[in-house]
Amino acid sequence: MNKILLVETKLFLRDPLAGALALLLPVGLLLGIGQIPDLRKPDPAFGGERFVDAQLPATMILLALLTSAFTILPNALATYREHGVLRRMSTTPVHPARLLAAQLVLNLVVAALGALLIVVAAALVFGSRLPGNLAGFVLVFLLGAAALLALGLIIASVANAKAAPAIGSVSMFPLLFLAGMWIPREVMPDALRTVSDYSVVGPFIAALRATWAGDWPELSHLAVLAAGLAVFCALAVRLFRWQ
Amino acid sequence: MGVASSFLAMNVIEVANLSKRYKDHVAVDDVSFTVGPGEIFGILGPNGAGKTTTVECVAGLRERDGGTVRVAGIDPADDKAALHRVLGVQLQSAALPEKIRVWEALDLYASFYDDPADWRELMERVGLADKRDAFFSALSGGQRQRLSVALALVGRPRVAVLDELTTGLDPQARRDTWELVEQIRDSGVTIVLVTHFMEEAERLCDRIALIDAGRLVATDTPDGLVARIGGGQRMRFRPSADFDVTLLTALPEVGDVLRDGGHVVVTGTGDLVPAVTLALAAHGVVPAELRVDQATLDDAFVALTGRKLR
Repeated sequence: MNKILLVETKLFLRDPLAGALALLLPVGLLLGIGQIPDLRKPDPAFGGERFVDAQLPATMILLALLTSAFTILPNALATYREHGVLRRMSTTPVHPARLLAAQLVLNLVVAALGALLIVVAAALVFGSRLPGNLAGFVLVFLLGAAALLALGLIIASVANAKAAPAIGSVSMFPLLFLAGMWIPREVMPDALRTVSDYSVVGPFIAALRATWAGDWPELSHLAVLAAGLAVFCALAVRLFRWQ
Repeated sequence: MGVASSFLAMNVIEVANLSKRYKDHVAVDDVSFTVGPGEIFGILGPNGAGKTTTVECVAGLRERDGGTVRVAGIDPADDKAALHRVLGVQLQSAALPEKIRVWEALDLYASFYDDPADWRELMERVGLADKRDAFFSALSGGQRQRLSVALALVGRPRVAVLDELTTGLDPQARRDTWELVEQIRDSGVTIVLVTHFMEEAERLCDRIALIDAGRLVATDTPDGLVARIGGGQRMRFRPSADFDVTLLTALPEVGDVLRDGGHVVVTGTGDLVPAVTLALAAHGVVPAELRVDQATLDDAFVALTGRKLR
């Protein structure tokens, strides 16, 4: 049992404000944006589905996840670094991988709760379908969320408390763009679409929507997510600085 | 001498020609010392002298630029995890999360070692048993320092590095902490104590490395350091009658004689007090309100470095 995870979980529950924000903001956005009448009409761009059926909840899940990965997680570790909490820990034989794994798992659980809230809220308020291929959906979510959180871990490994929020938000917007937040992947130019295909967020959102529709995700999409997870974890451990 | 006893006699820490440069200045310059098992070894010097940088290089928290360092035979540059299994560190600039409880911190840090000490017992020993469930943020300065010491010891280290342990503590907390340090040494742990308090070094340390401006000025016992400046003494008294100063300056024990209002201040070495009192008595002079001071580590520091400590 990783005691760092246990302690970090307790600390998270003792200061729930940041976590609550990450959970509730995307749900609030989902409910707000979903009020736009045009988004609740069947749209040929989404194969006759309504925007609120899968596109909007999937995007909100991604938004919640990116907030955790690029804001909450890096800030937590950067603050530890700033205050000397990591310096204290660096005097022990503990390997940084244990610390990073604890952060990854804790944030993965919080992100999963956030996704659950979004799926349930969309179903209750807009009558959106629940993910058709639930097993596939859970698999895609966990793999993609872990990969994106691992990307956030790289920032957490190197940034100080001043730089972390800036690096986090600067990384977040291109990823939201590539995920199709502003231009859906279906209408992206080919070149941009190709970049999106390798950007982790692109395959993630595509696979989420595929499983939502009841299909299995494309293997190439799963492969990009798994490769991202492995590479980002290795980089985060390698680049980690205690101070 | 058997193998076991020669092993015991080996130095726990060996530092030779250590140097560390930062961008704009040399923080540690050609520092060498050894620490034997069971010693309380002081690293003493003014703020900014390079004390902390020196122990950080020893504790594997900074890369050295030159020289060799061995702690229980381990080179900190080679294997930090192995080093940190035998060496515990209490740092000046280290902290814990605000809302971690005392017992949680101890339990967590114990989990970092294969064969940790019983943290409950350790918590008793540093006097934090009644603060078991308190948040770190609710602890006083002295309590934080004691928790910090407990965390440095929870891995059963052979060596504990304690950096500016009593800075910012009130006199009572400081004395309690000193007692704790002596108890730790009595339990068999070698201690490296970084301090800029003369009194603390004099009271606790078996040997002291005096560091100034990144250089090692001297390594000796506290008494040895004082002896280096002649083991000086100072007498101050009010003579019952006027007398000729040459009466005292002629004595071999006397270094200097000063008049300070109605008082006379005599400095010197050896059997200064009996020599002066006898010489005065021979001329019918009684030294009233007599006060005798020994030269202190403070005096030794000023004499050896040519500057005040603080």
